[in-house]
This record gives sequence, C-alpha cells and structure tokens, in this order.
Amino acid sequence: MLAELNELYQQAILRHSRHPQNFRALPEADRTAVGNNPLCGDHYTVFLKLADEQIVDLSFTGAGCAVSKAAGSLMTETLKGKTVSEARNLADNYNAMLRTGEVDEQLGESQSLAGVHHFPTRIKCALLPWEAMRAALNSSTKEVSTQEVAG
Amino acid sequence: MSGWEKLRDDFPILAQRVHGQPLIYLDGAATTQKPRAVLEAMDRFYQEDNSNVHRGIHELSRRATLAFEAARDRTAKFINARESAEIIFTRGTTEGINLVANTWGVKNLKPGDVILLTEMEHHSNIVPWQMLAERTGAKLAYLPVTGDDGLLDLKHLDDLLGPKVKLFAFTHISNTLGTINPVAEFCARARKQGIVTLVDAAQSAGHRPLDAQEIGCDFLSFSGHKLCGPTGIGALYGRRELLEAMSPYQGGGDMISSVDFFQSSWNSVPHKFEAGTPNIAGAIGLHAALDYLAAIGLDQIAKHDAELAGYAFEKMSRLPGIRLFGPKGGRAGVISFMLGNIHAHDVVTVADQYGLALRGGHHCNQPLMRKLGVESTARASFYFYNNMEEADRLVEVLKEIQRFFGE
Ligand SMILES: Cc1ncc(COP(=O)(O)O)c(C=O)c1O
Repeated sequence: MLAELNELYQQAILRHSRHPQNFRALPEADRTAVGNNPLCGDHYTVFLKLADEQIVDLSFTGAGCAVSKAAGSLMTETLKGKTVSEARNLADNYNAMLRTGEVDEQLGESQSLAGVHHFPTRIKCALLPWEAMRAALNSSTKEVSTQEVAG
Repeated sequence: MSGWEKLRDDFPILAQRVHGQPLIYLDGAATTQKPRAVLEAMDRFYQEDNSNVHRGIHELSRRATLAFEAARDRTAKFINARESAEIIFTRGTTEGINLVANTWGVKNLKPGDVILLTEMEHHSNIVPWQMLAERTGAKLAYLPVTGDDGLLDLKHLDDLLGPKVKLFAFTHISNTLGTINPVAEFCARARKQGIVTLVDAAQSAGHRPLDAQEIGCDFLSFSGHKLCGPTGIGALYGRRELLEAMSPYQGGGDMISSVDFFQSSWNSVPHKFEAGTPNIAGAIGLHAALDYLAAIGLDQIAKHDAELAGYAFEKMSRLPGIRLFGPKGGRAGVISFMLGNIHAHDVVTVADQYGLALRGGHHCNQPLMRKLGVESTARASFYFYNNMEEADRLVEVLKEIQRFFGE
C-alpha cells in the first residue's frame, strides 16, 4: 500500500509540486493553450517559444493537485530544446508510460511519473499539462484555445 | 452503539478490504450502500413477479402493478403527502427538478419573472433553471451564503422574495457544507408572497423525518440511491392542485387516457407524468429501503448522524492548518475540508490507500466553490452504518496525510 503511494508521490514529484520550475507566464511566447479538467477544476496554461521548429523556451501557470503540477514542472524540463516532432513523440511515449508503467529514457525526470499507472483515476491529472502543451503545438496562432481532458 | 453495530451486518459490501485495509465508506452523500433487505426485495421481484405494470390482465402483471403502486403509497407515507397521487416516480432528484422546470416552469414563467435560488445549490438545482430562464426570459437571483460557516443570509430573504419572484427553489441540506436549512420557514415566507416553492431533499431524505405538509412546500424532490435504495429511482412530490394544472412531461405509453392519430388526452395525475415503462424493480427496492429506515427510526438516524458528525468535526478542527466548511453546530453528516495546501485529490488518493472512501472535487457546487475561494474540497460524509472508530481512523489518516506531504 505505502510502497505504491511512495511510487506515485516520489520525492521528485513532491519537490516539483512544492517548487515548480518554469512556473510563470512567458510574454514572448509564440503559442499558448489552456488545459482544463472540468471534473476537478484543475487548470493550466502552457506557453511555448519556438524557433525553427524547436522549443527554445516553455513555461506554465495555473493550479491543481501535486501530480498535475509536478507533471507540468517536469514537462518543462523534459521538453526544453526539443524539436516540435520530438515533443510530439515524447508526449505519445509519456501517455503510454502513464498507462503501462513502461518508461522511455528520453523523458528524463518525467519518468518519475511512471508510478501513476497504479492509479488509473489519476492519469488525467498527470496528462493535463501535456495535453495543454500538445494543444499549443497544434495551434498556429497566438490565440488561446481550450483543450478539455475528459476524465 | 451495539444496535448500530449490528446494522452494519445488513450491508454485505462493508465487510471487505480495500488495498488490504478494512473499507471505511465515507461517501454516502454521493450514494449510500444498500442493505440486504433492498437487494433481496429486488431479486425476489425479478425471480417471482417480473412483468410490466398497468396494462396487463394476467397474474404476474397484476402482482407487478400492485407492488409498484404499493411503493407509491409507501413513498407518500414516507414524506406525509396527502395522497399517493401526489408522488411521481422519477430517476432521481435531478429528473424531478427538470420535470418541474419543463412543465410548471414553461407554463408559468414570463420574461422578467425571477427564479430565486441559493448560493449553496447543487448543479442539478441550478442548471435546469438556467435552461428555463433561457427559454422563457425569466431571470435568476441567489440568496447568498455568508462564508465558511455555510449559513444562508436570512436577513436578505424578505427583500429577495419580491413581487417578480415566481419560484423559490432551495436545498434542505447542503451536500458540501452540511448546513440544514430552515425550509419550513422559507416556505412560509414565500407562501405569503404567493411564491411557489421547491425543496431539494436529496441529502435530507433518509437522514431525518420528512413531512412535506409540515414543511409546506409545493414541490419536493429526492433520490432513492441516497437513502439505501437502488439507483435510477426517485420521487417528486407535488401538491395535487399544481400537478392537475401542469401539462405532461414526456409523451408515450401509460401517460395517456386515449390516443387519436392527431391528438391525445392525458391520463390522470400522477400517471400523466410517467411516460413509458417505469423502473418497477427500482420502486420495489425503494419501498424496501423506506421500510428498512422506518424500522430503525428516522429520528434515531438523524440523532446518530448529528452525534457522529459533531464528534468528527470537533476532532478534525484540532488538526493544524485544516480549513473546515459549514456550521459548527446543528449540522448534517457531511464535512468538507481543505488540509492545508494539499489538493483534495491528493488527500483522497492517499486516504484510499488506507481503505477510506472520501470524495474530492467541487461536489457539483462550482459556483459555491468560487464564492468560498477554493477550487475543490475533500469531503467525508457519514451515515448510520458509520461509527466513532471510523471517525477516529479518519482523523488518524488525515494526520498521516499531513505527515506524508510534509505539511
Ligand atoms: C443536494 C443535492 N441535490 C441534488 C443531487 C442530485 O441527485 P441525483 O444525482 O440523484 O439526481 C444531489 C446528489 O449529489 C445532491 O447532493
């Protein structure tokens, strides 16, 4: 019981939820998108700064549980410097990891969210910032779009 | 407590382990567990009497019809309606409210009329009125909640019950705050102005004696599944005078007296509101649940709920950094809280690993959450099959959670 809890709430996750990295707005962002979880009210905005199909900077703002906030913080570290197509692949692999527990080393510290797969009701929390990031990648303008993650 | 302890044996589901820990079910405000008597009554119906109601001549249909109408009589007695015809079977609280909005509401509301609600309503007592307002041009107004103590601002009630108000709809017990509202007083004040009243009794039915005539309301809606009955069945009480004047809710079989190719005439009250094959087994399960609760005594259940909630509330209030919502005294068995800065979903996930079933989220009270300045809360809700040891365990686990998250 506690072993699984410790796997979900690893030290990295507790640390990042208390002190999230890149947790600010990015005024010079090229793309932004909002991720909302209508079931619990958690919401994040993701900001991306792109240059030549590369994510040169990214950040996020918003509010939610320890899992979603840590996921957002770790995501910003994982994706900085990646190309748009790498980011899309990583998002797919991250999604698969949450469901199966299988990790992809390219995910870096975001691998610490693998324990979420023991907690199917929390997958949507870990996914929320990544879904917002994907929505931002898909939007061609600076306009904010709302991406809802169905629970 | 020994009588109460024995009752736990009536609930087979409670005797299980979850994640290796004994289950402590503290989510009755969402749905209650079902005693064996209810499960057996429904099983017996399907095994022995199953048939469609009302139109049949054969023996099984006669039995099913008798059982279905006996359930209506039992429900009428449960809330002290004047007659069984004032009971309409629904899917639950939500459908009862939608029925009133779509029949009485559509017929009686004009542009500029006001529907008065309170700030502590469940989404199911807000959204149907928003949809009605959109359709009719009526407007919504709200009686405010004063703050974390979860009381309604009664000073402003008479001002708000102005000449434009046609309907006042309010909850008896808040599913987030545990507040018990003075519903008889609300109805008396509204009636003086000729305003129609609707009571959302989802959280009070099965938790305390309920008397629609004493409350003096025009409509009252509740769900079977929150009082030990099955899901998919509930009842709407309406005063006959109003029901007679209302048009049907849905069209179909059972709600007509005769059908022509181009027009039909409606069946009598309550059947004109019950189109199609009803939830017969559900009504029979509801009947068994109401018998079961009556045998314990609803006043006894209310006392037990209040003692247990009072005990838990007091113990929880001693946890450092906890924020408790709702009144300190005279409350129902629903306790919402924030454990410092720990998000409700994190609290509930860890509690679940200790075998505790809590709920975290906005509890279908988003406008209230915004007013209180929170995104979500964690909630423990108690019923008669819960006990002091479980309340103690809740507090212990909350301490563990604080330790776990380093708060
Ligand atoms: C106060 C209140 N009103 C209405 C409802 C809706 O009940 P149902 O979902 O059974 O229709 C609930 C249930 O959560 C409730 O707590």
